[in-house]
Amino acid sequence: MTTMPASADTHTYPYYPGCSADGVGRGFAGSLHAVFERLGFPLVDLVDWNCCGATAWPSVDDSQALALGARNLALAERARPGSEPVDLVASCAGCYRALLRSAEALARGPTRSRLAGALEAVGLAVEGRARPRHPVDVLVNDVGLDRIRAAVVRPLTGVRVVSYYGCQLVRPLSTFDDEHDPVSMDRLVEAIGAEPVDWPLKTRCCGGSCYCGGPVIGAMPEATMQLSYLLLREASRRGADVIATVCPLCQFNLEGFQDQMARRFGHPLDVPVAFLTQLIGIALGIDDRRLGLHRLLRWRPLPIRTVEPEAAGHARR
Amino acid sequence: MAVGASVAEGLPSATEGRGGSWPGVSVAPTFVDELILEVGEEAGRLLGCLQCGTCSSACPLAAYMDLTPRRLIGLVRAGAREAVLGSRAPWVCASCYACTMVCPKRIPITEIMHGLRRISMRERTFPRRFPTPVMSREFVSMVARNGRSTESLISLKLYLKTDPLLLVRNARTALRLLRQGRLKLRPARIRGRRELRTLLDAATG
Ligand code: SF4
Ligand code: SF4
Repeated sequence: MTTMPASADTHTYPYYPGCSADGVGRGFAGSLHAVFERLGFPLVDLVDWNCCGATAWPSVDDSQALALGARNLALAERARPGSEPVDLVASCAGCYRALLRSAEALARGPTRSRLAGALEAVGLAVEGRARPRHPVDVLVNDVGLDRIRAAVVRPLTGVRVVSYYGCQLVRPLSTFDDEHDPVSMDRLVEAIGAEPVDWPLKTRCCGGSCYCGGPVIGAMPEATMQLSYLLLREASRRGADVIATVCPLCQFNLEGFQDQMARRFGHPLDVPVAFLTQLIGIALGIDDRRLGLHRLLRWRPLPIRTVEPEAAGHARR
Repeated sequence: MAVGASVAEGLPSATEGRGGSWPGVSVAPTFVDELILEVGEEAGRLLGCLQCGTCSSACPLAAYMDLTPRRLIGLVRAGAREAVLGSRAPWVCASCYACTMVCPKRIPITEIMHGLRRISMRERTFPRRFPTPVMSREFVSMVARNGRSTESLISLKLYLKTDPLLLVRNARTALRLLRQGRLKLRPARIRGRRELRTLLDAATG
């Protein structure tokens, strides 16, 4: 097994786990840490971070919602003194969106001075160095596909992966990919030797945010089921071996209720839904437990095709 | 709107910024003005809504709304305050931004949905016995107290307050999550809880 040399250019990122990281999203946080570490870009959890406010807080008080994100950005800047920009990695799409909104409001919103005042009241400040980044963005644009390709010890040859980006990853303030037809995840899928499957529902809402983070379909079971079912049906129709997600809410929403949906809509469903970082981790030869594969509710070993004899030496550990 | 009515305190005049004003004439602020204050300057773009329906056709939840996004925006512009604030549409909205991305007039529809939620929350006109307002409240009060949210406890409260039957229906999934170590039952807390309170109080002003 090859390990990336921890060379002098090892770069660490401050990491904002978000509230679901030790709940439904445990497999995400774990595999993300493992993958970034293996690639030589370890993530360091932000100390005493607070909840991002999701979409629930903006439904009650928007200034407070923006202040929640502002505190996290201020903590990230405080953890990295100096004049360099601070890339705060946020893995949940909902948190990522909320932090981007706060960064935007601090930079040019009408509530800018009030937010700065609120931070000052607790001895914090934001200079504008902190930039929320999603791990998909960081993997493609900072770490780079070449580096990832070079670290692969077990290419996922022949595994058909449908990438589900979700609705809040590439909009409204996120700029690293196309808002209608994003490709970053598919490029990562390709880099680990799997087969990206194109489909038209990449950013179609899964219904997950209908329940602002509840672990069990809560607020509107009807609507949520209908939306998720549409995605799952289309993915299985296209012969997906696995759906890759990068948001704890999407992942749980798509994985957790397939039996209920099958009963409701009278069509059998059995599609594993994993975090993209778990798939990358498998390709990098990281231990299954470290990747949290045992925490998935619906998992089976990937149908990795045996490699042609001439390439075998490269592919096997 | 009656000509000569006085401008309510704090609200911009309805004629301000669009077409100017006539000397000596003041016009009462409209619902649109109110939304501009609530959501921001960009909300004023809704005056240019084409009623094209692109938003409604992109909206994955339109089928579950009593007023589709297009109708909602139309009613806001028409000043149908009561109909809009009593609608469940903003509470059905999943904040997916699909409408906002496709609107040819760049109307910030999702942000307007959130703004409408806030007004209806303040004025208590939100639809009763509908889960999302309850959920938002529970979420906010938990985070204000602890600094973090604990999914399981919020769902539990939601079920008890709206539809206890859901508890039974989802019990199996919950148990499986628990077995896989994905359901945390103890509330998560941050150290800087007092700091957070001060920050939140200062932010509302
Ligand atoms: S897409 Fe925009 S312009 Fe068209 S109806 Fe909706 S809000 Fe109006
Ligand atoms: S943001 Fe809300 S209103 Fe707009 S498309 Fe999504 S669910 Fe519909």
